[in-house]
Amino acid sequence: MIVLSPELSAVLYLVAAVCFILALKGLSSPKSARRGNLIGAFGALLAMVVVFLSTELDNAGLILGVIALGAVIAVPASRLVKMTQMPQLVALFNGVGGGAAALVALLELTHVEGVGAVTAVAFTVLVGAVSFSGSVITFAKLQELMPTRPIIFPGAAVVIVLVAVGSLVGAVWLVFTGDPVAAYVLLALGTALGVFVVLPVGGADVPIVISLLNAFTGLAVAASGLVLGNTLLLVAGTLVGASGTILTRAMASAMGRSVVGTLFGAFRGGSSAGSTAISDRPVRSSSAEDVAIVLGYAQKVIVVPGYGLAVAQAQHTMAELATTLEAKGIEVIYGIHPVAGRMPGHMNVLLAEANVPYEVLKEMDEVNPQFTTADVALVVGANDVVNPAAKTSPGSPIYGMPILDVSSARQVIFLKRSMRPGFAGIENELLYEPQTTLLFGDAKESLTKVLTAVKNL
Amino acid sequence: MDAITLLTFFVLAVFVGFEVVSKVSSTLHTPLMSGANAIHGIILVGAVIVAGQAESTPVLVVALIAVLLATINLVGGFVVTDRMLEMFGARRPVATKKDREQAQ
Repeated sequence: MIVLSPELSAVLYLVAAVCFILALKGLSSPKSARRGNLIGAFGALLAMVVVFLSTELDNAGLILGVIALGAVIAVPASRLVKMTQMPQLVALFNGVGGGAAALVALLELTHVEGVGAVTAVAFTVLVGAVSFSGSVITFAKLQELMPTRPIIFPGAAVVIVLVAVGSLVGAVWLVFTGDPVAAYVLLALGTALGVFVVLPVGGADVPIVISLLNAFTGLAVAASGLVLGNTLLLVAGTLVGASGTILTRAMASAMGRSVVGTLFGAFRGGSSAGSTAISDRPVRSSSAEDVAIVLGYAQKVIVVPGYGLAVAQAQHTMAELATTLEAKGIEVIYGIHPVAGRMPGHMNVLLAEANVPYEVLKEMDEVNPQFTTADVALVVGANDVVNPAAKTSPGSPIYGMPILDVSSARQVIFLKRSMRPGFAGIENELLYEPQTTLLFGDAKESLTKVLTAVKNL
Repeated sequence: MDAITLLTFFVLAVFVGFEVVSKVSSTLHTPLMSGANAIHGIILVGAVIVAGQAESTPVLVVALIAVLLATINLVGGFVVTDRMLEMFGARRPVATKKDREQAQ
């Protein structure tokens, strides 16, 4: 149905593009973030209305039906997913977007002419396919459908190089012949490449790779805009590609990593060190009552939350414990590592849900000097972000990552489920230090027991 | 549209993309990534165009799969981002230094 003139629809696409820019801008600041997201959603809705009113579409009813089906799948999935599983859901959404871009370009191949346009098709198919399969692997890793550790099989590096070279050859073949067979081959090779590139990425590096693949999908969408001659797709895709690249670098530097090191670090000697083996070295474990006494007679407590807090949904209990301690005149602050949990900002979101005031959440640079004056560092379900191996053992996968200096505190209390190593699969020497006490159990149960004991002091 | 115009759009969009997110605190990395993820779901526009111009049933089927995937990306992306940000919005606006001085 053509209702809108080409000029008017071009103007409305421009408005949608501006909405996307404002959305990204808004998302960069806590105050305007939610409004920014809504502006982005409005831009997307506007663009969808424009495409239906400005293009001659067969099967419009069928298309609308499929869109409705997609919404029926996506909305409950996003609404019902647990907070801890949001990262993998984002990865999955990113992957299907990349897959959609690859399919769109594949189907447009028969309609395009000229080397430039076919090159754009080749780029979209390859990058979209990489993003799709790579994201599916990151999803499987975060969902723990497969081991989170780097997976390297003998000859993995050779296979990656061969598949990458094969993909390039396939792309060149497609550009020079425009042969649809070449496009299918490229789609298959791209899918394989995504799998092989992401398999060796392990542990805490997975979120960085999700961000990188997000930027890739953006670029694939931008290239599909070239294929279709659609400026909105070009601009929106490029925006995501560019901002995603910056974001990926910011996330990597928050962990003291380079993006290249994230992808290929596992191939360097020794960096796959680490195991999921449970050590039988002696540790000092203690009861909830003992922990309550240590906390109750401290002057300053720094709480270091981690993924274990998120898994146990213990943020409310944690907040209540902090309030109870504060009522006794004890200073309680939270030390938030940039990548605590499975995603940057994960802990802030969780603790905000439990109405923990923003001011007591301290970022790493601000909190690190304060550990020397703290009586107790209470580590709740965090491990890698306090692991001194990041400073002391160059062979460790997390070597170079800035950590929270909990060992400077007079006493360190770990609430842990078991002696199993953290996400990165590395032993934490801090657990065996004399000032460290462990309280085993689910974070929520442990905190509830400690809370009761503190109230009874 | 000619190649130079498209190139101009591309280059300008790269700079805008770099600029808008250049100073973002690590707290917002995840929602920002999720929001950007939703925005590239706009590939739905391309999927709809391809599906609407499909000349054969196999092409239509593949195009409809693309429509489905793109919708999940677009709709799910915005909803999940909103859900992450709900937590930020639920809290009272952060008290500024001035507010606290006034309160005293």
